[in-house]
This record gives sequence, C-alpha cells and structure tokens, in this order.
Amino acid sequence: MSIDQSHGHPGSDVATTSEGGLPERFENPGLEPHRHRMADVDPKAAKRAERQVAALFGLSTLGTILFVVAYYAVSIEGDSWAEIARQLRISTTLLGIGLALATFGVGAGAVHWAKTLMPDEERIELRHPMRGTDEDRDAALDILREGSAEAGIGRRPLIRNSLLGALVPLTVGPAIVLLRDTGPLPGNDLSTTFWKQGLALVHDPITDPEGLGRKIKPEDLTIGSVVHVLPEGIQAEEVEHPLDEIAKAAVLLIRLNPDDLDEVSRAGAYEGIVAYSKICTHMGCPVALYEQQTHHLLCPCHQSTFDLKQNCKVIFGPAKRPLPQLAITVDDAGYLVAKSPFTEAAGPSFWERG
Amino acid sequence: MTALAARRRHPLAAAAIVLLGLLVTGVAYAAVTPGRAQATTASADDVAAGKKLFLANCSTCHGLNAEGRNEFPSLIGVGAAAVDFQVGTGRMPLQATGPQAPKVVNKFSEEEVKQLAAYVASLGPGPAVPSAEDVDASKGDVSKGSLIFRTNCAMCHNFNGKGGALTQGKYAPNLEGVTPTHVYEAMVTGPQSMPVFNDSTITPQEKRDIIAYLQAVETDTPPGGVSLGAIGPVSEGLVAWAVGLSLLVGCAVWLGAKAS
Repeated sequence: MSIDQSHGHPGSDVATTSEGGLPERFENPGLEPHRHRMADVDPKAAKRAERQVAALFGLSTLGTILFVVAYYAVSIEGDSWAEIARQLRISTTLLGIGLALATFGVGAGAVHWAKTLMPDEERIELRHPMRGTDEDRDAALDILREGSAEAGIGRRPLIRNSLLGALVPLTVGPAIVLLRDTGPLPGNDLSTTFWKQGLALVHDPITDPEGLGRKIKPEDLTIGSVVHVLPEGIQAEEVEHPLDEIAKAAVLLIRLNPDDLDEVSRAGAYEGIVAYSKICTHMGCPVALYEQQTHHLLCPCHQSTFDLKQNCKVIFGPAKRPLPQLAITVDDAGYLVAKSPFTEAAGPSFWERG
Repeated sequence: MTALAARRRHPLAAAAIVLLGLLVTGVAYAAVTPGRAQATTASADDVAAGKKLFLANCSTCHGLNAEGRNEFPSLIGVGAAAVDFQVGTGRMPLQATGPQAPKVVNKFSEEEVKQLAAYVASLGPGPAVPSAEDVDASKGDVSKGSLIFRTNCAMCHNFNGKGGALTQGKYAPNLEGVTPTHVYEAMVTGPQSMPVFNDSTITPQEKRDIIAYLQAVETDTPPGGVSLGAIGPVSEGLVAWAVGLSLLVGCAVWLGAKAS
C-alpha cells in the first residue's frame, strides 16, 4: 500500500501559500526509499551476520556453563573468616560474570539477529475509525433501556434504596477502617524521649558484655573526653520500640573546661561535663564529629556545625535550631543522671513542634 | 608434713598464714592485672638528653619550660604517650602552620623520641607509652572491636578507618598503616581535633579490640570485591553513575541504531 493511496485524495495536499510566506499545508513526502542492508544484498555479509548471532548465543551458553561450574567448583567454606571472604569474593565474581555473559549474550544475539537478518521493509497500517455506526449505537441504547425497564428499578424504590444502602457502606466503610490501620497518630512521640529525671547515663550497651551499659561517674571523663550515652534501661524488654527510643534519646557526653562554657550551658552542665542530643535538628543524622580544640560538633550529612561554647548554637550549615541540652547532675552514688528530661523536642523539626 | 602439723599451734603460725595469704593474693593480682607501668624506664640521663633536644627543637613555640603560650599548648602533664605520638608520626616539630599538622616522616631516632618523651613525662604525670601487651592485636576481639569502632570512631575516621573531612580544612586521618602504638596513644591523648578516650571511657581491653579490628580491616580481603578505596558512597556512586550509566546509554544507542 503506497502512502498516496492511503490518503485517498491524491493531489489535495498541494501547498497553498499563506500570509507568513510558509505554505499552509505541506505535501506529504511519503516514505524515504528503502535502503538495503549489507546482509540483504551480499550473501557473504548475511553469512557473517549469521555467524555473529550464533557467536553471541554461544557466548551465552559459555556464560551459563561458567555459572554452573563456578557454583559447584568454588567452595565458600573455610577455617577462618578471612579465608571465607576470599572464597566468597572469587565465587561472587565468577557467578556474576557467568550470569552477565549468559543474559547479555542471549539479548545481544537476538537484537543483532533482528537488526541484520530479519526483514526490515517499512510497512504502513492505518488506524480503524473508533466510532461505531449510528445503528449499532442505537441498538446498544435500546438494550440498556429495555433492561432497566424489565428490572423495574424505577418502579420499585424500596429495592433501589436498599441496594444503595448496601453499596455505599460497602465502599466507604472498609476504606475508613483500612485507612485507620495506617495509624495510630504519633501523638506527642516526636516531642518526648526516653529521658526522665534521675535516669542514669550509661555507655551504649551494644559494646558491653552484660548488655546493660556501664554507668558513668564524672571522674571517668577527662577534659576532651567524649562518650556516646543512652538512658539506663532503654533496651529493657518492656520497652516496646527500643530502636525508635534510641533514635530519639542518643546523647553525646563531653567534658570541657567549665570556663569555655557560656552561662546557659553551664546551668545544665556538671563540672564542665555537658550532655547534648546527638540527633541533628536538620535531618536527624547523628552529630558526633567533635573537634576537641574548637569545641565544634559537626554533622557528617550536611555539615551543620554546632558550637558547644554557645549552647550548641548553629554556626554553619542547614540546621535551624541548636541541639537541645540534657541537664545533668549526679545521684547519691556519684553517677551521672539526668536532672530533667529534654526541655524541647530532640531531633529534626516537625510541623506541630511547639 | 608431720613437722608442719606439729607446729600448727605455734604462736606465729597465724601470722605466717596471713602473710602467706597476702603474698599469694598479691602475686595473683599482679599476674592478672595488665601492666600499667611505664613501658620503658626512663633514666635521669634520658631526661637530661631529652631536655637538650626539647630546648633545641620544641622550646621556640612551647616555651623554655614547656609552659606553652598563646595557641601553643603547655606540655606539662601531657605524658610520654603524647610525645611519642606527635614526634613519632612526624607531626611535631610543626613544619608549617595550617589547619592541621599532617603525618610526615619522623626525623628523630627512636632513642631521641624516647629521651624527649622521658623529659616531658618528668614535667608532670600523664599517659605513658603503652606496653607491647597493651597493643597486642592477637589479644583483641575483632568483632567487638568493630562495634566499639563504629560507636566511637567511625563518625570521623570512616567505617574502615579511611579517614574523613572535618571543618575548615581539618580532617580525620586515614588509619591505614598507623602502628598500633600510635593508635593507642592517639586514643589516650586526643591529639589535635581528636577527643580523648581514656581508660574509663574505652577500657584497655576495648582499645586492643579496636587495634585488632583495624588490623583485620587492613589485611582481610573484602568479600564485596573491588573496594574502590573503601571510602563509602562517594567512590561507589561515581563508578556506578559514570561506568554503569555509560554502558546502559551505549546499549540504548546500539539498540536504536539501524544496521548498515
């Protein structure tokens, strides 16, 4: 089918010049003349393309064989972790190369086959009109009207209304119930942490043999010391979501010369030991890069910098609020404890933050 | 045995038993407690020689009596460990002012470093150079060390100890190839921007665990293949985007091209 026939009105596309100097309509140029490929005209080239496709499929077969052989031949067992790691590395590399060759070979072979050897003459298929004939449309409407009349939905309002009464709850009811399951609403979870007055500051239990976390005495810290601390009992079994709690309650305990602190931070400090939330007020990364000489705390994610000398004021970066301070003191046994919970929300800002 | 049994009611027997008990307890306690004493005993000659070296090399900044001035810290009470670290890694004497003293080749002999350390240690009590046992990686637990390292060190030094940037040109150095002694000394003295991790915040055993972890990171084959410098998402992302995406774009171009 030629392009001229398809339009049905040969010659009607003759350009008529409009005011702008451009023709109002362009004549349909039709398709470019078909250009034959090497493999179409030269049997030698076709043979070569055939061999190339076969080689790519063969490569895929070799890849599969490599994969299967590597899977069984390379043991990933060993006496030491170092040896296992070495074996694992060899195994993963070979399995990966094998699978890559196997899948890429099949794909590339198929594409090469289609591009060089399969027919590539241009063809045109016209779209059918979408609209049905007027008779068909009328007939369909008649069927609908007839069905409605036979069902008597207009004559029997009780049935209609009770059906509505069944369908509306069926769609709306489950939607409400299921949406409710995405809750509960966070309540004041974002504003509060695990810290309570009198709760001891302990080392992170993860590195502790007993899993309890050692309590800390003021004399354990020398000037320049930093400890990552958590509230005592945060990993106890009755705590419902310990990881959520740790993510909010992690605190950095630092000792510096009391003269370096300003009035505000000294009020919550104990003999130069200060505790600040470790959670960045920008996006909640752990702010733990403490520079001992400048007393700056740097957040590794977006370089927000907080100055310990000025109650953790933001001196650089995208954070908007200082890190909240945890006021600390010592209990009767001489261990560091929280003097009060955080007085403001720890962690990143949120909409309802008061 | 009978002679001993016959004398068991002797007036001095109780005293002898108590003395024996104390002796056994003392010896046993000394045997199980790790040695905290000076690793090398400094003689008066060392101190005198160290003072000479100090006056010639350090006193311009730190003062004739190591009292410090302005931004140059006093060295009284910093201990032998600080000297062994700073001079042993070539950071001191400072070669040029800058955000941070870099690690360079140490110009002093081992003996001279020892003498300098002895002199500074004689000025006031401070952390001593750790003993060979303190830094023995074979006595450390690698997996525990990795936990401690990740909690306390990885924020600056990276998970694999490859170091990282701090503010205003300062940086946490790469720990690859740093001797265990220097790692230990850095923890107890807190050089430059680094905080102090004394024996209460990270116990000597935990310090050994960290050293064992650092050695394991250096010597073990990473199971994940090419480590790309092990500096995390930066180099991995670069390779993924530059190499991986180019390959994909290349494939797409090939798919769209007509065969000749």
